[in-house]
Amino acid sequence: MRAQFVMSEIGVGLRRNLTMTFAVVISVALSLALFGGSLLMRDQVSKMKGYWYDKVNVSIYLCNKSDAEDSSELGSRACAKGAATPEQKQLIQTDLEKMELVQTVHYESSDEAYKHYKERFGHTALASVITPDQMPDSFRVKLTEPEKYKVITTAFAGRDGVQSVADQHTELDNLFQMLGYLNWAALGIMLIMLVVALLLIVNTVRVSAFSRRRETGIMRLVGASSFYIQVPFIMEAAFAGLIGAVFACLMLGAGQYFVIDHGASLRTKMELINFIGWDEVLTKLPLVLAIGVLMPSLAAFLALRKYLRV
Amino acid sequence: MIRFDNVSKSYPKQNRPALRDVSLEIAKGEFVFLVGSSGSGKSTFLRLVLREERATHGQVHVLGKDLGKLSNWKVPQMRRQLGTVFQDFRLLPNKTVAQNVAFAQEVIGKPRGEIRKAVPQVLELVGLGGKEDRMPGELSGGEQQRVAIARAFVNRPALLIADEPTGNLDPQTSVGIMKLLDRINRTGTTVIMATHDQQIVDQMRKRVIELEQGRLVRDQSRGVYGYQH
Repeated sequence: MRAQFVMSEIGVGLRRNLTMTFAVVISVALSLALFGGSLLMRDQVSKMKGYWYDKVNVSIYLCNKSDAEDSSELGSRACAKGAATPEQKQLIQTDLEKMELVQTVHYESSDEAYKHYKERFGHTALASVITPDQMPDSFRVKLTEPEKYKVITTAFAGRDGVQSVADQHTELDNLFQMLGYLNWAALGIMLIMLVVALLLIVNTVRVSAFSRRRETGIMRLVGASSFYIQVPFIMEAAFAGLIGAVFACLMLGAGQYFVIDHGASLRTKMELINFIGWDEVLTKLPLVLAIGVLMPSLAAFLALRKYLRV
Repeated sequence: MIRFDNVSKSYPKQNRPALRDVSLEIAKGEFVFLVGSSGSGKSTFLRLVLREERATHGQVHVLGKDLGKLSNWKVPQMRRQLGTVFQDFRLLPNKTVAQNVAFAQEVIGKPRGEIRKAVPQVLELVGLGGKEDRMPGELSGGEQQRVAIARAFVNRPALLIADEPTGNLDPQTSVGIMKLLDRINRTGTTVIMATHDQQIVDQMRKRVIELEQGRLVRDQSRGVYGYQH
């Protein structure tokens, strides 16, 4: 009886404010889609971080003979004292191995470096003039916690025999920083949409309470509990929010399907990047749905305190 | 049933209090007319009984409860023991007569079986047997007020509050409504009726409470509308 009564009240209320209900649904859908999207973006970034940081080494380039000869040049001032001596190399190696942060140390001699270079760029003009002497010896360092690569830079840059410390992370960090900004932008737009959605809900509740003031007045007089009087209004907002949230979920799913998996199919076109999968998308949906239902309900509840005397 | 102890009520932004130092007692089963010119405090009196307002000073007891100390969430429970009728009927135009009456039971969660039994019974009592499926718009004013009374009475309240129930009705129809209220009173329900209808008050010869500018100026058993008669 009660449930049936409440359901019919909700139906009447939503149909009475059809345009307003649409507005609520759309704004909730957009704000939640942005919210879910930015959560997924965060996942994507951390996934890429994990993947790339793992692949990337910190390289400590050592001074070679040609560096010492060019010591007048600005870029090679670190190597003014000449090529790295075996003692210096040994010291660097033991220091590296002492650090907890360091997982493995691989020494790459200039000959090996020359070989690798040839393999990758052998067909270019530059490669044909390069000699093994010009390639620096280097330590390739793999870290247990790739995020803390800066520790290596501070410890070894400027040491005797060290030409430079190159962390490829810096390149990646620029990219991640940009993605981070995008993420903040999405969150900002989401917040604005959220405010729009909440204002619309408050207004919908006000109109709804006004158009049903006769019913609520009678309910009050015959002693219906305030919960019972408020439930249809709150359910109305929750229902509209739920529909909006479902749309948001569909949008997120469609994004995954059409942008990453099929359609634009970034996954196959950009093989270097490992994209998030359906797992990440599906785990966000309950949160999106929950917020989609709870937030409008709360807004309605607060609006009712103002517009519906009980 | 109802006791006012030195009750005053002031509304914000109004210099003159709506009720000033009113003390009275209404016993169970009484029929009381509340008279006085517009702005004398009748409506405020009724609103205090219904706990739509709280007294500024003094205490209002209704059905043994101090309304000043009654917490908000207990108010609906208290109102279930009161029935209310208004000058403008306040029916729901998109519901039938029976649905209007049933509404008062549905919204307090009465079981469906009980509603199905109680609604025809109370409609019979107010003289609307056979008109269950009519819409309020199809009924005369007197009939609409009977529906409102049926709705107020269907939960068998201990106290029926009527705010000028005959205000929109012609004298003949009013007499019918008064007979109905009298019948309800005879079942043991206390009735408080605010009215301007001199003829009715004089005919019924019930207790009369008169307010003037918020003060209680007369409380007379078997009274008439005014001294001028």
